[in-house]
Amino acid sequence: MTTHPPPMALLAELTHRCPLQCPYCSNPLELLKANAERDTDFWKAVMDEAAALGVLQIHFSGGEPTLRRDLPELVAHASKVGLYTNLITSAVLLDEAKLRILAEAGLDHVQVSIQGADAQSADRIAAYEGAHAKKLEVARLVPQLGMALTLNAVVHRQNLNRLDEIINLAVELGAGRLEVAHVQYHGWALANRAALIPDEAALARADAIVAERREALRGQLVIDYVLPDLHADLPKTCMDGWGSRFINIAPDGRVLPCHAADSIPGMSFERAGERELGAIWDASDAFQRFRGTEWMQEPCRSCDRRDVDFGGCRCQALALVGDATATDPVCHRSPHHARIREAALAEAAAPPPDFRYRRP
Amino acid sequence: MTALALEAVPRLKPGVRRRYDAARGQHILLAPERVLVLDDIANAVLEKLDGATAIDALCAALAKQYETEVETVQADVLELLADLRDKGMITA
Repeated sequence: MTTHPPPMALLAELTHRCPLQCPYCSNPLELLKANAERDTDFWKAVMDEAAALGVLQIHFSGGEPTLRRDLPELVAHASKVGLYTNLITSAVLLDEAKLRILAEAGLDHVQVSIQGADAQSADRIAAYEGAHAKKLEVARLVPQLGMALTLNAVVHRQNLNRLDEIINLAVELGAGRLEVAHVQYHGWALANRAALIPDEAALARADAIVAERREALRGQLVIDYVLPDLHADLPKTCMDGWGSRFINIAPDGRVLPCHAADSIPGMSFERAGERELGAIWDASDAFQRFRGTEWMQEPCRSCDRRDVDFGGCRCQALALVGDATATDPVCHRSPHHARIREAALAEAAAPPPDFRYRRP
Repeated sequence: MTALALEAVPRLKPGVRRRYDAARGQHILLAPERVLVLDDIANAVLEKLDGATAIDALCAALAKQYETEVETVQADVLELLADLRDKGMITA
């Protein structure tokens, strides 16, 4: 038993390798190489510990998790220990035979990313020719093989004008859930902010489309909508609170409170297998650092929303203000709020620069 | 929220699973990016979803099991199942 309420979900980042090059990639600027990745037995032991701790869902993620040849074995093990299994994939390396093996291993849910509504623009964004067509072909098979399908669309100024068609696509493919997620400007995405950030009018149109279609499709398609940060006045409750629900394990086995946490300098992360997962969750410096409200400074410390949003995102505070213990500058009470919002909206008003890809 | 018919046959959608969460001592429903905590009544209803039993037969069985009026059971069950359908957890 843990002292703190146990984690609900484990994000297992099996690899950082990925055939796609989405300009809004949320993975760190410096990716881990294949030789840093952990083996099958490591991940199986992690799953045993996680399930015993009270973790209910595992998200196999990356990078592109289907690059791991042991993925069916890992899914089967997760299923055996009672975890709800979710595969977060670009789908470009999957086909019917591989998907069938995963279904038989007990995979519950497949989350397929799409980069836009049409092949031409989507393939340009992903920098991978033929990606879009392949994704549709694979996504369609997911419900046919008895698994839940989520379509995940990251939206920005270069695909937001076709949001209606993206929603139509989710319905047509038989998805039960669509995630429409505005870009979160972490990792590689921050380098492409000016090419991605929509203006306020485009955002308002998207909000209205989601509200209308959500109502019309009630009972058929669940639409989860992740708002962009920089247009807002109140920060998100990042990770539902640091060390509160989520545990993230990087490809090299380090245990992180969120997948971007290693962008914060001065943090050290323990490795799974070197200490019990429950002890890392409960007592490690990384998980204790921003848990609860004790670490806060003003204006968070005396704010009546401190237990609601926990000061917002630590990585964003660091990236935009240079201090991971500062109020997330998305918050209107941050002294940096007006300046940062203005700079972001000025980028949205100017023509978009070219994308910067990871492998130019 | 549109009403469900008593003749409808409810079932969990693919990728939705009911299980007992031993760490927290509660029954839960697991679905894509969702964990729904079930109270004893919701759990008793969902236990009976076998993909073959219609809502009226299901309610009759519950009424007998809990020795209550079938009309009361029907009202509660229809409301619960319509809510779960709107959340994307069941089809009926």
